[in-house]
Amino acid sequence: MSITTFIIVSLIKIVIALFVLLTAVAYTVWLERKVVGHMQNRWGPTRVGPFGLLQPMADGVKFLFKEDLTPPHVHKLLYTIAPMLAVIFALTSISVIPIGNPVTIHGLVIPLQITDVNIGLLVILGITSLGVYGVALAGWSSNSKYSLLGGLRASAQMVSYEIALGLSLVSILILSGSFSLQDIVNAQSGHFWGFIPRWNIFQGQIVAFFIYLTAAYAETNRIPFDLPEAETELVAGYHTEYSAMKFAMFFMAEYANMITVACVATLLFFGGWSGPVFGPAVLRALLPVFWFLAKVFVFLFVYIWVRGTLPRFRYDQLMAFGWKFLLPLAIANLVVTALVVALKG
Amino acid sequence: MLHLIVFLIFGAVCVAGAVNLVVQTHPINSALSLVVVMGSLAVEYLLLGAEFVAAVQVIVYAGAIMVLFVFVIMLLNAGEEEHTKGSHVAWLLGVPGLLIGGVLIAWVLISRSATRTVEIGALPGPPKIIGWLLFHDFLLPFEVTSILVLIAIMGAVVLAAKPVSAKKEI
Repeated sequence: MSITTFIIVSLIKIVIALFVLLTAVAYTVWLERKVVGHMQNRWGPTRVGPFGLLQPMADGVKFLFKEDLTPPHVHKLLYTIAPMLAVIFALTSISVIPIGNPVTIHGLVIPLQITDVNIGLLVILGITSLGVYGVALAGWSSNSKYSLLGGLRASAQMVSYEIALGLSLVSILILSGSFSLQDIVNAQSGHFWGFIPRWNIFQGQIVAFFIYLTAAYAETNRIPFDLPEAETELVAGYHTEYSAMKFAMFFMAEYANMITVACVATLLFFGGWSGPVFGPAVLRALLPVFWFLAKVFVFLFVYIWVRGTLPRFRYDQLMAFGWKFLLPLAIANLVVTALVVALKG
Repeated sequence: MLHLIVFLIFGAVCVAGAVNLVVQTHPINSALSLVVVMGSLAVEYLLLGAEFVAAVQVIVYAGAIMVLFVFVIMLLNAGEEEHTKGSHVAWLLGVPGLLIGGVLIAWVLISRSATRTVEIGALPGPPKIIGWLLFHDFLLPFEVTSILVLIAIMGAVVLAAKPVSAKKEI
């Protein structure tokens, strides 16, 4: 593929991916409000459009027209760029996530991800690590006690659970032997005994899956780990002093992170886009994408389900859980996986 | 050609970040400039072909160590530097002296080194090779480094532990 073709194809992929991701973020908010509403025996948004489907649009217009207050004595530069950092890092991690098999159009083999780097998994971990800056700087620059405490707690929590997150992913690496997400999914193709798919979760990584999911809930500051931004706790934590579009950016970043976590869990533990494929060539190209999106949707639903069900951890319980339980468990899982792989092969 | 342009741009960003680190008066600005330096170094590693090292630089250095730096600055609420009555002599002699020293070191290093230039992508990239090197050729430094980190952890625990309270009188 010549360099200009590559650039044009990449630009088209970037535009499509951004558009799809931002729409998905908006409708994940809608989904959350509906699901949590139904769990609490009420309707959720129903007025704006059928089933409240135009609610995200109404919210978007509201955020655009709200007054953008800047409190006095804030550290202006950091106050402005903190939400931007949060959104940039949240949206960048979609660039290494593949959603299907490579398609062939007019003889060009186009992988269904923006870049297929050999270190895809490390890129996601790196972006997760950098995402802490948006939170920490927002908390500090707001010149408010609630924001500072919320920012400190949130960043301490995120840094602590990153370790367990990374270690749970290392056991997947041992099984698949490569950092590239495309290779990890390809290593999960095939079936055991004809019908059980060879997904990593069925290859003994169930403990790693639960560690990953728990650590990811803590990374994205979602219930049961959302103490830093709970309304009853610290007013609103690190985004107390933000209004209008900047607050919307934090919101978008949180939901984009949720979607990234769901995509990575699908790719690493549930075989990505594997699923029954049949029919003509067009259907064969589209069905894997459909299976991938269906699995991501299931994970988002689980996220929202947990949010509607569980109470939140107290901060000391949260930190103790991360360091004293999850981290040793992740290390033990790593040791056992490495032992089994070494004995087998 | 494109690689050279990217190298020069990120080299300039790196040096600008480092100079900004020294020049800024508020510690948080310095810490964030250091993050920029770490990021540009990661790009330079990428240009050399060491993709794993670049990713680990971002994850560990820019994403964990610098976050903890920023954390400490936020917790300690360190304010802006005070303007002391610095001497003009220090500026007049210091900056040229530093520049001359830096140029001298660079000249000695470059003229004594065996390689004149390094190609784009010259270093081993795949994590497999790095893992092999780490556990075969560099096993002893690896293990010694892990003991060093253990000692640092013990020191941190000792420093952060609560002081032992005086014995209560019965």
